[in-house]
Amino acid sequence: MLTCREFADFIMAYLDGDLPEAQREAFQEHIGICPPCVHYLDSYKETIRLGCLCRDGEGPPPEDAPEALVEAILAARRKG
Amino acid sequence: MSDADERAFVEALQSGDDAAYEKLVREHSGRMLAVARRFLREEDDARDAVQEAFVSAFRAIGNFEGGARISTWLHRIVVNAALMKLRTRRRKPEESIDELLPHWKDDGHPEATPGPWSPERLLDRDQLRSLVAGGIDRLPDSYREVILLRDIEELDTAEAAEMLGISTNAVKTRLHRARQALRETLDPALREDA
Repeated sequence: MLTCREFADFIMAYLDGDLPEAQREAFQEHIGICPPCVHYLDSYKETIRLGCLCRDGEGPPPEDAPEALVEAILAARRKG
Repeated sequence: MSDADERAFVEALQSGDDAAYEKLVREHSGRMLAVARRFLREEDDARDAVQEAFVSAFRAIGNFEGGARISTWLHRIVVNAALMKLRTRRRKPEESIDELLPHWKDDGHPEATPGPWSPERLLDRDQLRSLVAGGIDRLPDSYREVILLRDIEELDTAEAAEMLGISTNAVKTRLHRARQALRETLDPALREDA
């Protein structure tokens, strides 16, 4: 029988399919008997999903780089 | 840009075409700056990283073989430049992540009982984005860089390990702790009973 702490430790391996069969069964058994750990698992997955909001393409399109930076990059190329 | 257009564009770069270089910089520098800003807290550092990334790209363009899109290639280069810059800015000694991780009783039960979340009911998209970015920013750098590489920039474990010069197991351990710590920082704002 897993403790809640062990359950939390195993979450990423469970989601990645990396848990050995016996631990995977123990993990799934814990899901069936521990609602708070189900909430923890759900919020862990939500944390990953919400991280995607910070990606390019998920928010407003990136602004153009400042002209001074563009000019500095092009000048660096001319200098070689 | 179609594959054929991109091949022609790369050939123009490789032949030293000034207009192609200007187009490359103008089209990609904004997105690259957005990436660098996620890693680097100071605007000057982010701009330096973008400039250094382009200088690296200009030097390496002759070896670009078109196996990847040029945007993907530039993305990897600016992430690497931002990591290098971060190394030079790293606060020493790094703070521990332990305070941000869940706390446990001796019997293995959590000290604070987890409850359900309702992110979209509680906050709009911009508020959520800001909350998550702030939570990531609170992580110690060695955890922040792993969660940025894996969950935000979408590098795989092996790529992240290579860029950071650590083992794949270390990437996995840090990523799990970073996600747990981020979950803890988001929890007070996102619980249904918040």
